[in-house]
Amino acid sequence: MIRLDGVTRTYGRETSLVTALAGVDLEIGHGEYVAIMGPSGSGKSTVMNIIGCLDRPSAGDYRFEGIEVGRLPDRDRARLRGRVFGFVFQSYNLLPRMTALEQVELPLVYQQVPNRRRRAAEALIRVGLRDRIHHRPSELSGGEQQRVAIARSLVVNPRLVLADEPTGALDTRTGEEVMALLTRLVEDQGITVILVTHEQEVADHAQRTIRMRDGAIIEDTGRAAPAGPAARTISREVPA
Amino acid sequence: MSILDAAAIALRAIGGNRLRSGLTALGLIIGVSSVIVLIAVGQGTQKGITDQIQGLGTDLVFIEPGTSTDTATGTQGGPGSANTLVLSDVDAIAAAGVPGVTDLAGELTLEAQLVAGAENVGATIVGTTAEWPFVRDAAVASGAFFSSTDVTESELTIVLGATAASELFGEADPIGESVRISLAGGRVTFEFTVVGVMLARGGADGSEFDAQAYVPVTSLLSRLQFLRGSGGDVPVSQITVKTTPGTDQELTKQLISDVLLFKHGVAEADFTIQSQDDLISAASSVSNTLSLLLGSIAGISLVVGGIGVMNIMLVSVTERTREIGIRRAVGAQASDIVKQFVTEALLLCTAGGVVGIVLGVGISIGLGGREVGGQEMTTVVQLWSIVLAFAVAAGVGLVSGIYPAVRATSVDPIAALRNE
Repeated sequence: MIRLDGVTRTYGRETSLVTALAGVDLEIGHGEYVAIMGPSGSGKSTVMNIIGCLDRPSAGDYRFEGIEVGRLPDRDRARLRGRVFGFVFQSYNLLPRMTALEQVELPLVYQQVPNRRRRAAEALIRVGLRDRIHHRPSELSGGEQQRVAIARSLVVNPRLVLADEPTGALDTRTGEEVMALLTRLVEDQGITVILVTHEQEVADHAQRTIRMRDGAIIEDTGRAAPAGPAARTISREVPA
Repeated sequence: MSILDAAAIALRAIGGNRLRSGLTALGLIIGVSSVIVLIAVGQGTQKGITDQIQGLGTDLVFIEPGTSTDTATGTQGGPGSANTLVLSDVDAIAAAGVPGVTDLAGELTLEAQLVAGAENVGATIVGTTAEWPFVRDAAVASGAFFSSTDVTESELTIVLGATAASELFGEADPIGESVRISLAGGRVTFEFTVVGVMLARGGADGSEFDAQAYVPVTSLLSRLQFLRGSGGDVPVSQITVKTTPGTDQELTKQLISDVLLFKHGVAEADFTIQSQDDLISAASSVSNTLSLLLGSIAGISLVVGGIGVMNIMLVSVTERTREIGIRRAVGAQASDIVKQFVTEALLLCTAGGVVGIVLGVGISIGLGGREVGGQEMTTVVQLWSIVLAFAVAAGVGLVSGIYPAVRATSVDPIAALRNE
């Protein structure tokens, strides 16, 4: 599903060049639940941003379902973000003036799909926020806000969910609840997950752990289950 | 993203910061309404002048004496400064049978005091002929206008304008009463008998006529020998020619000019001929320039309002970096972001435009008929000024939305999402 070959990401100009990723090779199959761990500055968020088409590699190949997406035009990358990927962030990244329902509806607005309201409401019910549908972020607890963000990431039926420190702003118990919810939902729907964290307890939800340091992978527990022929079937659905 | 979605997002953003949106729109409201009001005032002034010229009568051609030239200094006087026009010119034009000419009358005017008993009023004395009321579309309220016999016999008869009559006699009937025309501070006076009172014309343009008094031009001259020109002919200060409606006034002017040139025995005109249309177009060109000037000043305020909108939109983009990042992350295309910000600016400007139109039209109507600086204001709201002001407001919205919107698309989603 995902294949990185010698992906490098550098910032700044020649005189003050900062290397965030120094040639990363990585393969992730369908339905895998992967945790990327490492200290800050290790490049784990950069890997996630490149996979999520929020950032582009400076060098190397990034193939998603066999297609080189690192160099796709902006338009197609936005379409991938909207239809195929779901994002969950440490700081929730909800819009302050919108109700929970509107937050979840937002990805659907840009895809122009029918029954937006109903689909958004269903997603909120799945994360257990039936009674919080018309609340604004300021009226919700941290755990509830993160559950709204999870509903927003899942409402488009993504094939890949990218979660960047999803429990970083939550206390241990709430964090554990949120992780349990996320894990249950993605496993129910067979969604691939890449989780960036520096907490071992969070990483324990994953089947595979990748450790990074100084922009390189230093440890990979390996793929749990082979991708098999399914990969070829799905690859035909990849948007152009 | 559909247009409706974009409008909904824009409305929410505008409503989310009402004070700022209101102040931003205020610039455009003031701009649009001032364009409409100032153009309405300019056009109203023009209408006032046109009405005044038309109030002189209809389908008229005016002939005035030419300019005098001082033989010693070569200084040229203004139109009418030479006594080149005489009463026999009136007869000559009448005799020539110029097509389209129905009536014509010569006028000799002088300022004097009218005295009746203890009452005393300043008036313009018009020495003319019996045709005058026909030329000027004037009617008598009581009595009659003096006859052509009065003119040939130099009878001392006088017809009073409505205001002159009421000021001298109040409610009393002035017919048959005597009125003295007093010149040079009362050193020269002549007694005339009132034979008629004119119907009041009223209004701004009619009041001039209402304060006048009319006497046979011959009687005026028989008493005032110094007014008499060379050769014993009677000089006139103006000849007014009435033509039938639809007459080609250019042709009429040409023919009258030919008659007078032949009679005066000169090659170059020693008189000026102007039709009412000439006067109107001269006045219009002045007031059009005025309208344009007023409109341009208002236009500047519209542009300033537009700059305000762009400024606020730029600030708004900077403030909403995180929002843009989130929208990009959940799949918004760069074009969706542009659409969002342009729609917001457009909505703000068109809303400002609509309010500005309502305000501008309201003020224009409210100003009409009101006394400003001792003069009655006339305002004419022009549809084109409304369309123009609105189009400019919408255009300003589009232009001032595009640049901030394009800036918004250059926001790096990663940096925006990290932005706490």
